[in-house]
Amino acid sequence: MNSFQLEVNIMQIKVLYFARIKEAVNYSSEDVDLPEDIETITALKHWLSKRGEVWANLFSGKLVVRAAINHNLVDDLATFEDGDEVAFFPPVTGG
Amino acid sequence: MIRVQTDDFDMAQVLDDLRKHNPKVGAIVSFVGLVRDINDSAEVTTLTLEHYPEMTQKALQAIVDQAKQRWDIIDAVVIHRVGTLLPTDQIVLVAISSAHRQAAFSACEFVMDYLKTQAPFWKKETNSQGARWVEAKASDDEAQARWTQ
Repeated sequence: MNSFQLEVNIMQIKVLYFARIKEAVNYSSEDVDLPEDIETITALKHWLSKRGEVWANLFSGKLVVRAAINHNLVDDLATFEDGDEVAFFPPVTGG
Repeated sequence: MIRVQTDDFDMAQVLDDLRKHNPKVGAIVSFVGLVRDINDSAEVTTLTLEHYPEMTQKALQAIVDQAKQRWDIIDAVVIHRVGTLLPTDQIVLVAISSAHRQAAFSACEFVMDYLKTQAPFWKKETNSQGARWVEAKASDDEAQARWTQ
């Protein structure tokens, strides 16, 4: 088991949540260790949706969830790297 | 100038600052967004604005930079408030100065349309029934999209 874990490359990113998504998951940020094959917003949403019912409701595609990587608005095909900051939030409603 | 703040702002002061010290300014167009008492809910008592502090300034600056590339404007001011506001309170000010009015009119509308769909702010309103997040509007997406056609 240990030898298997050593072979898996782990990527660590910071994930932030805002507005109704923050309220639903009940916290605003976390450091997440990811397998290295999770490198797009789409893949990260899918990975998060497996955490349980709350997460599945948010991230399985029923709701529109926008994303930013390192403070830039991105589409779901965008890729992130080790150390990046990814944020998830509902469509914006300022102004 | 781009500012995100909890405090109110004085539009007259901002317009004076855009006008004074620069005789090349021939036109200023400004927009102020206000808290209404009827929005998604009836009889709104408070409106609370949350934002993503590390991203907000950068997003607003990118919008202003695009406007400056697109139109011949002299200066731009965006002030957006966060925190809890009440009906009739000011939320946002966009003010654009230019030599001639058309650039300022267009740039002001452009900045507001992009701010509405790109800048990371979220509104939550309360009334006597409770609190709810304000829904994004398709009409705001359409308003932004017309600038790319």
